[in-house]
Amino acid sequence: MNDINTDKNYKSGNIIEVKNLVKEFKGLRAVDNISFSVKEDEIFGFLGPNGAGKTTTINMICTLLSKTSGSITLNGHSVDRERNKIRNCIGMVFQDPSLDDRLTALENLHFHGLLYNIPRRTLKKRAEEVLGIVNLTGRENSLVMTYSGGMRRRLEIARGLLHYPRVLFLDEPTLGLDPQTRNKIWDYIIRLRKNRKITIFLTSHYMEETEICDRIAVIDRGKIIALDSPENLKNMIGGDIITLTSEDNARLKEYANRMDGIEVHNIKEDKIRFEVKNSSEFIPKLIKESPVKILSITARKPTLNDVFLELTGREIREESASLKDNMRMRIRRRMRH
Amino acid sequence: MKRELAGIYTVWLRDIKRYLRDRPRVIGSFAQPVLFLFVLGTGIASSFNVFGGGGGKDFLYFMFPGIVGMPVLFTSFFSAMSIVWDREFGFLREILVAPVSRISIVVGKLLGGSTIAMIQGSIILMFGPLLGVQINFLIFLKVLGIVFLIAMVISNMGIMLASVIKSMQAFQVITNFLLMPMFFLSGALFPLNQTVEWMNIVSKINPLSYGIDAMRFTILNDLSLQLYPLWLDIVVLVFLIIVFSIIGTFLFNRQD
Repeated sequence: MNDINTDKNYKSGNIIEVKNLVKEFKGLRAVDNISFSVKEDEIFGFLGPNGAGKTTTINMICTLLSKTSGSITLNGHSVDRERNKIRNCIGMVFQDPSLDDRLTALENLHFHGLLYNIPRRTLKKRAEEVLGIVNLTGRENSLVMTYSGGMRRRLEIARGLLHYPRVLFLDEPTLGLDPQTRNKIWDYIIRLRKNRKITIFLTSHYMEETEICDRIAVIDRGKIIALDSPENLKNMIGGDIITLTSEDNARLKEYANRMDGIEVHNIKEDKIRFEVKNSSEFIPKLIKESPVKILSITARKPTLNDVFLELTGREIREESASLKDNMRMRIRRRMRH
Repeated sequence: MKRELAGIYTVWLRDIKRYLRDRPRVIGSFAQPVLFLFVLGTGIASSFNVFGGGGGKDFLYFMFPGIVGMPVLFTSFFSAMSIVWDREFGFLREILVAPVSRISIVVGKLLGGSTIAMIQGSIILMFGPLLGVQINFLIFLKVLGIVFLIAMVISNMGIMLASVIKSMQAFQVITNFLLMPMFFLSGALFPLNQTVEWMNIVSKINPLSYGIDAMRFTILNDLSLQLYPLWLDIVVLVFLIIVFSIIGTFLFNRQD
């Protein structure tokens, strides 16, 4: 087989093209007619709650799951006919751990090298190189069993890079890790992207983490509801976010609604929340003129969480998913492999 | 082609390395047969003296080849079944996304399970001389061949079932309602031609009976204990391997 990693026969400049992709599980649409493309060497992110269809979509792109309809090409190869060519030019870091913990780190990498047909001598050099990238040099002969969660994840990233893939998929790469380790993982990813030409496709349901992406697709209930750069997405909000509590929220809401250009979006328990263009001018004015006593007030720059709230009317991390969401998640879990 | 061989080798090598590193598993895998042979076997053998009939010594001698088959049945079945949870949570996903065909993965898994079964069968075989069963090198090689055939049949069954059944709970049910009856009705512990009619019929559709029959004849070389001619045993086993592996590979290949 010739070296597919340098194959440049795709024309569009997009390394991944997805058109009208649908995946149904027993009549349930997990992925509902989505189309998008990923540019070469960008960091592309899928942002959405659990069960939104992120993993299902990734699994279809990387040939692990068959699609119901639609088309997918990666690096110019069709997922229908050229599965092995696609497999050859992607690296995967799965949501669930996929290392063999009874083997050493180096053995895990060697098995990977065997599967991707990397010659023995090259393999040795590359293993050193990728272990260096994720800072695991010196621990390569320990059993993976003895590794911490963060080290395992780093080793998986190293393994995903071993065969020099054109696209690296990271499915919830920081899931289940503590905040400090999560930050470290992102540092490695940012550094990787600086030092090497590679496209990174990641998913996350942690808002702040997807901000490193060049472009983000916000996905909810199997549909892409927005696709843009993090800055542009946040600009959709148009201003600062004010959250406040007062003695009489209903009256304050009525009052605020009458003020110029303010639309009170939602009331959550005893809080109201709205956006204003310039919070430093607005707050003193409101405190002076408010008909009811204000108990607390905060102002902040919009985050992607606000974008999701704006688009769907729900918080992304809402614990209580609807019955349908739960069902979808359960089915997805059962079907996913 | 080279790549597919590398895939088979990788899956195989991983199973072997894992097995050899798992001491409790290595010990456990022959502790159970030894328990069956020396505790249950000796107990039943001495009960012949109580209930009449004599021949206690002959019983242990009869049972020995069946006990050699015991770890082969369990090891190869569970090794193949592990493909399921491995696929959901483990290393298998790494292999599934690699540029290697599904067939190579199945073949690697079959060979891995069979190799481990052969190692375990050989360990039990070493106990033969303690019971007065003479094992020479030729017999040893023949037994390995039969163990390989049995392991391939059972592994293929495991892969077939694993491709269809996907919950952990179901595994427990299968162990209790499939593996144990298969073992009991295989002729491993008692002669099948002297039992009640229904047992006799069930044993005929039990793939393991043919394996145990071949094993018994090869180890003991005693025509009086033989159910079917050796060639028939082997033909049945090879036939089952072919049929099961076609079905198993097909089922495993389905993407979702």
